[in-house]
Amino acid sequence: MTADVRTREQATKATGQGSRRLRRRYSLLNRRDKIVLATMVAIPTLIQLVLVWIPTVLSVLLSFVRWNGLAFSDIRPAGVSNYQYIFQTYPSFWPALQHNLLWLAFLAVVATPIGLLLAVLLDQNIRGSRIYQSIFFTPVMLSLVLIGVIWQLFYSQNNGLLNFLLGTSGTPQAVDWFGNPHLNIWAALIAATWRHAGYVMILYLAGLKGVDPSLREAAALDGANSVQLFFRVILPVMRPINIVIVVITIIESLRAFDIVYIINGGKNGLELISALVIQFLVGEAQVIGIGSALAVVLLVISLVPIIIYLSRTFKKES
Amino acid sequence: MTETLAPQGVAPALAHVRRNKVRPRYGTHLFLVVMAIAWLIPLLWALFTALRPKADTDKYGYFSFGGAFNLDNFFTAWNQGGFANYFGNSVIITVPTVILTLLLASMMAFAVSRFSWKFNVTLLIMFTAGNLLPPQVLAAPLFEMFKHVSLPYSVSDSGNLLNTYTAVIAVDTAFQIGFCTFVLSNYMKALPHDMTEAAIVDGAGVWRQYWEIIMPLTRPAFAALGTLEVIWIYNDFFWPLLLIQSGNRLPVTTAIHNLQGQFLSNYNLLAAGAIITVIPTLIIYIVLQKQFVAGLTLGASKG
Amino acid sequence: MSNENLSAFSHATGGTMTRRALVSGAVGLGTLAALAACTGTATGGATASKTLTFGSGSSDDVPKRAYAAVVDAFNKKSGDKVTTNTVAHNDFQNNINTYLQGSPDDVFTWFAGYRMRFYAAKDLVAPIDDVWKKIGGQFGAGLAGASTGDDGKKYFVPNYNYPWGFFYRKSVWQAKGYNVPTKFDDLVALAKQMKTDGLTPIAFADKDGWPAMGTFDYINMRTNGYKFHMDLTAHKESWDQKKVKDVFDNWKQLLPYQSPDALGLTWQEGAQALGAGKAGMYLLGSFVTQQFTDPAVLADIDFFPFPEIAVEGTDSVEAPIDGLMLTKKGGDNQAARDFLAFMGTAAGQEAYFSVDKSNLMTVKNADTSAYSDFNKKLAGVISNAKHISQFFDRDALPAMANNVMIPALQGFLKDGTVDTANLEAQAKALYAAQ
Repeated sequence: MTADVRTREQATKATGQGSRRLRRRYSLLNRRDKIVLATMVAIPTLIQLVLVWIPTVLSVLLSFVRWNGLAFSDIRPAGVSNYQYIFQTYPSFWPALQHNLLWLAFLAVVATPIGLLLAVLLDQNIRGSRIYQSIFFTPVMLSLVLIGVIWQLFYSQNNGLLNFLLGTSGTPQAVDWFGNPHLNIWAALIAATWRHAGYVMILYLAGLKGVDPSLREAAALDGANSVQLFFRVILPVMRPINIVIVVITIIESLRAFDIVYIINGGKNGLELISALVIQFLVGEAQVIGIGSALAVVLLVISLVPIIIYLSRTFKKES
Repeated sequence: MTETLAPQGVAPALAHVRRNKVRPRYGTHLFLVVMAIAWLIPLLWALFTALRPKADTDKYGYFSFGGAFNLDNFFTAWNQGGFANYFGNSVIITVPTVILTLLLASMMAFAVSRFSWKFNVTLLIMFTAGNLLPPQVLAAPLFEMFKHVSLPYSVSDSGNLLNTYTAVIAVDTAFQIGFCTFVLSNYMKALPHDMTEAAIVDGAGVWRQYWEIIMPLTRPAFAALGTLEVIWIYNDFFWPLLLIQSGNRLPVTTAIHNLQGQFLSNYNLLAAGAIITVIPTLIIYIVLQKQFVAGLTLGASKG
Repeated sequence: MSNENLSAFSHATGGTMTRRALVSGAVGLGTLAALAACTGTATGGATASKTLTFGSGSSDDVPKRAYAAVVDAFNKKSGDKVTTNTVAHNDFQNNINTYLQGSPDDVFTWFAGYRMRFYAAKDLVAPIDDVWKKIGGQFGAGLAGASTGDDGKKYFVPNYNYPWGFFYRKSVWQAKGYNVPTKFDDLVALAKQMKTDGLTPIAFADKDGWPAMGTFDYINMRTNGYKFHMDLTAHKESWDQKKVKDVFDNWKQLLPYQSPDALGLTWQEGAQALGAGKAGMYLLGSFVTQQFTDPAVLADIDFFPFPEIAVEGTDSVEAPIDGLMLTKKGGDNQAARDFLAFMGTAAGQEAYFSVDKSNLMTVKNADTSAYSDFNKKLAGVISNAKHISQFFDRDALPAMANNVMIPALQGFLKDGTVDTANLEAQAKALYAAQ
């Protein structure tokens, strides 16, 4: 964050509270200003409605029809049969849900703590802190697709570094990290961690910079060691950032798609709900109703963290 | 929401004062060095592979130092892969998306943060929520909507909005507006009202307040958000995958998926292609690292 | 890849220059172009054109160059300019629905079978009976039938076909004294022997999911016959019956002899194992030979049909036909029709074969003097076959093939089990959804 942004933030924060009551009431505006303001609101709102919210509603509607995705006249009502199919018949659905949960658990239990640990260590005014930060942060810049490709080079059964390091390359014992359906989800999770930990680190580091040093001093005087300091003092103070990180972790695990798609299209041990949606939507094998039903399941699950986050964020304002 | 931004409000200098920096922490350093090496290995391995001719790796094995090191794979991958075209597509998609997103989001943010009216919080919630949805939720309806917008062939060779840059730009913009509005509205909320009040006294209308007073003051946030958005749009894989059918119109991030199939039997080329794709983000990262990190932390809400 | 084939023209306009604009531009240049086009066979509603776009899913090196040779030959003959857009094989197929609904190209590479008839029935491709009037005499009844939609109109021009079967290296087999198996039990015994000799008996690569369908099809046709294969893929037969279970039971005998890590391997990697002499044999289409760039290895490759199991001997051959089709939009373009007709002539197919020798030409009067003994053997297998199947994913509903069979077969390869009742339940839901 630039010093520029920060100081402005700082300078404006103090006055921000006081001047809020000066915020102009809409009713005080003249006619021309009202039109200008209405236009400024209407255009983004319209875009948001047409390209985000109406499609969301349509997804729900489409999940109750049978449609091959071609002509509108081919649409037929289907009742809840699409949901019956995914819950009762489709064998990939429950594994996919489990994988999403595993993804969430892994990010929460492994990736996020690694990010926190790195942030806490790097916050200690350590020599070379910036270099370390740059290194850990680099993967955050990369697209998940590229991460999939780069890790594929690393994991490759016959040509990858990992099997060379394990001494198994070229032997029948060479582990097929992306092909073995019992292992590939873990291999993908490690690749995802590579990015997620750096993301969490940078967010937490920004938060830690803001912790009042006198709190640390006081805790140190009370004889708290660094572990106690972190759990008793820092973590509670960092609550707002913690919430953000929890939400990011959940959303990222629901959105996980690119890595598994580039590995094998999200099949054979790498099923995720998002990938199943796409298998039923973009391929030649398009079955819109079933794809939409899967999308609605994803929507419903996603709404839980979204609503929790929004209610916490906007509680005071409304 | 100011809470999210609050930590940045404290002067950084203070945070470091009187911290114990005397005691050397060998354990910490050792840990960090090991982690840093582990973190770099995948990238360095890709670079190492990319620098070696396939003939040499076939002869000596990938895990070896024998043979030549040169940039041949990069040139071959560039030409065979057609990266010039894909990079061009990435620019065609990224630049308008980022400009549109920032412009529209700043208008929305201005309206919700500088004026009180009935639905401003409701709209802000709607915008923020939209940004957090997994894109797969909207895939089918958006696809069908674009398909059923009939256009003359002189405008689109698909006869509809599919397979056009416009479709990708529109959806990317719609998805990113929410996030940018959220961040910018927090930022604008904190700007002093004295300045606009003074302008109003001078008879400035809403547009002048927005364009001549608030926008210039918001420049640091724009720099941060702009950098962040360029990277995100550049990195977007999903929307072009869904909306663009012609291989030669894909942006580089989505095209690498095709190249992966094309170069599969030649890991050296694939590695070179991956490194080529990394380069633009790496340059932005090195030049604009501060802005990028600022953008991320500004709106730590991004999913 | 594709952009090499992009004309400088469309590149300069950022790729947004449309075909229509190109066409009108060409016509606008002068009456000459229009006149020249008008001298072509006038078909109802076809507009004059001297350019066409060609969407190709043949992205591997050899077929890509082969189609480039066809385009060159066509250009020399007619003067029409063909712009080729090549898309990676799998992506091209995955995107076909969208592609056809948007139809950015005039002509595209496609397959015979259900997947051709489906799009014809949905009116997403243009009928080409006029083209068939010119080229029809060059094709046998089987090929003509495979090019016909449910409405009796022609939609497809065959380019080549290729049989599936077992490929092996003669030198390896000679050194070990192996004999070609004619019965399934012989095959199993041979595989067992190969395993004790330290080979991977049957190379198997199913990362992409579809290659395993070839094995399923053959065991199914050998166990239950050709008609059952067609009825099962059309879902006129239930999946939940003993006949289907028999297929998997027979397959189970081969499972221990297939590459154990098949799910992580691409078919190209499977071919490498065969080429390197690490694998004893490989059940795949004859396109496998494209992977053998070393002429010595290529000359060492031989073929045998899938051995007999229970019924119909080895009467059925899986020999998918690849060719060209016309998109709805390309239906208005006479140059595109001319290009299709050219593909159905000896000149067109010979141009293709001159580069890609792993496939067999389909026109009767093609010059086969360039066929190797190996090609002749493959051609003989096809011409002697009583029944020709396409391939599971070409004969069946795509959703069934992609979303049900691929995971089911991958699951079977994983642990040797398959839930046929579930297959039937899924088939019911998906076939009903069309």
